[in-house]
Amino acid sequence: MIAVIIRRLIWSIPVFLLVTGITFITMHALPGGPFDTAKTPPALVDQMEAVYGLDRPLIEQYVTWLANMTRLHFGPSLAYRGQSVESFLLPALGISMQLGAFAMLFALMIGLPAGIVAALKHGHWQDRSATFVAILGVSIPPLVLGPLLYWLFALKLDWLPVAKWASLSDGLWPYLSHAILPAITLGAGISAIIARLTRASLLQVLYEDYMRTARSKGLSERVVTVRHGLRNALIPVVTYMGPLAAAILTGSLVVEQIFAIPGMGRFFVTSISSRDYPMVMAVVVIYSVIIVLVNLFVDIMYVFIDPRIGHAQ
Amino acid sequence: MSSSTQESATRNKETELANELASTQRRSRGLWSDMFRQLVHDPLVVISAFFLLLLIVIALFPGFFAPLPYDLTSFQDKLASPGSMATSDKLAGHRYLLGADRLGRDMLSRLIYGTRVSMAVAFIGAGVSFLIGVTYGLISGYARPSVDNLMMRIVDVVYGYPTLILIILLQVFLTAASQQDPSQISGLQQIIIGLDNSTGGLFFVFVAIGAVSWLNMARLTRGQVMHYRQQEFVQAAEAIGAPRKRILRRHLLPNVLGPLIVAETLAIPTYIYTEAFLSFIGLGVQPPVPSWGGMISDAYGALRSAPHLIFFPALALSLTMLAFNFLGDAIRDAMDPRMKGR
Repeated sequence: MIAVIIRRLIWSIPVFLLVTGITFITMHALPGGPFDTAKTPPALVDQMEAVYGLDRPLIEQYVTWLANMTRLHFGPSLAYRGQSVESFLLPALGISMQLGAFAMLFALMIGLPAGIVAALKHGHWQDRSATFVAILGVSIPPLVLGPLLYWLFALKLDWLPVAKWASLSDGLWPYLSHAILPAITLGAGISAIIARLTRASLLQVLYEDYMRTARSKGLSERVVTVRHGLRNALIPVVTYMGPLAAAILTGSLVVEQIFAIPGMGRFFVTSISSRDYPMVMAVVVIYSVIIVLVNLFVDIMYVFIDPRIGHAQ
Repeated sequence: MSSSTQESATRNKETELANELASTQRRSRGLWSDMFRQLVHDPLVVISAFFLLLLIVIALFPGFFAPLPYDLTSFQDKLASPGSMATSDKLAGHRYLLGADRLGRDMLSRLIYGTRVSMAVAFIGAGVSFLIGVTYGLISGYARPSVDNLMMRIVDVVYGYPTLILIILLQVFLTAASQQDPSQISGLQQIIIGLDNSTGGLFFVFVAIGAVSWLNMARLTRGQVMHYRQQEFVQAAEAIGAPRKRILRRHLLPNVLGPLIVAETLAIPTYIYTEAFLSFIGLGVQPPVPSWGGMISDAYGALRSAPHLIFFPALALSLTMLAFNFLGDAIRDAMDPRMKGR
């Protein structure tokens, strides 16, 4: 088990180097630099680049960056002068993570029960309506749902705040009320995916031989469904958490823009157009670390749900 | 309850066995025609198919359906409400069926021209991902473990790369290049920039969707191949000395094709959404070329004063995604022998 985790972590090192290396090279290959404006004289641009070490060979810059990165220093921002990247990227990341966590929570709370009920009542009205709502859910993306909820609950009914984000220190209700609409917008489609996955894999499991064996042993229907059925049915659902986390990451970009949330999403676009090299690198690092960690988490969950996998390795 | 489940479970097992037997004894033509018959009897499937056909026709001949050019502005009519008459002299007698946007452009016409973008993305995205993904997955799944491992690690790296960063890098690189002195631009760059300009920024969207969409198909295909390559009919084909190419094409591909078609149909809505998403954040189709995502973005700015503007592009986007999802779901159910006679 621990060996598996270590092997996965070692595997992620070359992937990480490749991803950051490619970004580093392409970023610097882009024509134009961070200090290029029509007014700045070339001599001053050279001087500025020397201050930030941008005149050094690319390899040297990359190695320096890697060394700083291991100490969690992402370097000074070139667009927001005088501030380090981590000083304003980390608070933004925190907000995005909270939004993502709320969305995931919402998705699991709706998706799992809906999928289980649909599978157990296969063919009945509960199944049909759940399946229908789930198809609607995957067909109404955040781009459509966001403005709709915003218009209805914030503008028309005036039940919830219009935009922005509140921290927990502002009180529980302000915090939650700011999070509700964005979390639902981001989580609705994902809850539909989870519901469909759960339903499909539970349906498949329900007719397996070991389910019959469990029943013939005299176990109650409840134990059979939960211990034998659900536990096996959840494997495909857990596998899908990796892609889902990536979906939440990019999905939060639109949601943050719609609800004017000061999350990480906006830096994706602005950092590249302003040639803020340290910022771009930080965004790429955070993204790939999250993906690696989620996949690692998925692998670990596997072993808990399906002990066979742990023994095989 | 429990005895009836057992009974249906045995029956399912039997039909499955019978199907397996049938497909090994003769070409599974019966399965496909069965599937078609089942699909035609589902009203939702028929409606979805007709809706998509209509969209394709509209996308092919937008000029025939649209009452006005998509970029014709008429400032007197800005934010006109649906059904109102045009006030300017040059458009006398024109009725804005779906209203006009903040530049006074006819919403219906823009919606119709926007169909072009969504349909192009849907079919080109599906074609590219199917071609690259399935080929890659077939080779990876059937190759030696060392080759397979390497091929899958490559997929991992691309998968771990933030798609959005890739798209933005490409976009910035090419726009920066296009602003340079023309004599310094290489021939290839000129071709790409020309292609992008002539399609209103659509080329980058294709590149972006193509760059990531094949990954899932490759993984899925490989998984399917791994499942089938251990089975008797493949071993039998290997035993009688069939060349690899033949085994891949005649034995493995037909068997893995079903789930792949379903997955691809269900992936099309995500391609359509990716384009809308990119256009929404300003990285997709460039104005004034209309796309549904761009129209939603435009209308979002005027949500307080003219909420009706966002309604129609949002509806079009959702209905199109819905139609593809219905179709994909129905095909999957029709292909699954377990769902027979439910």
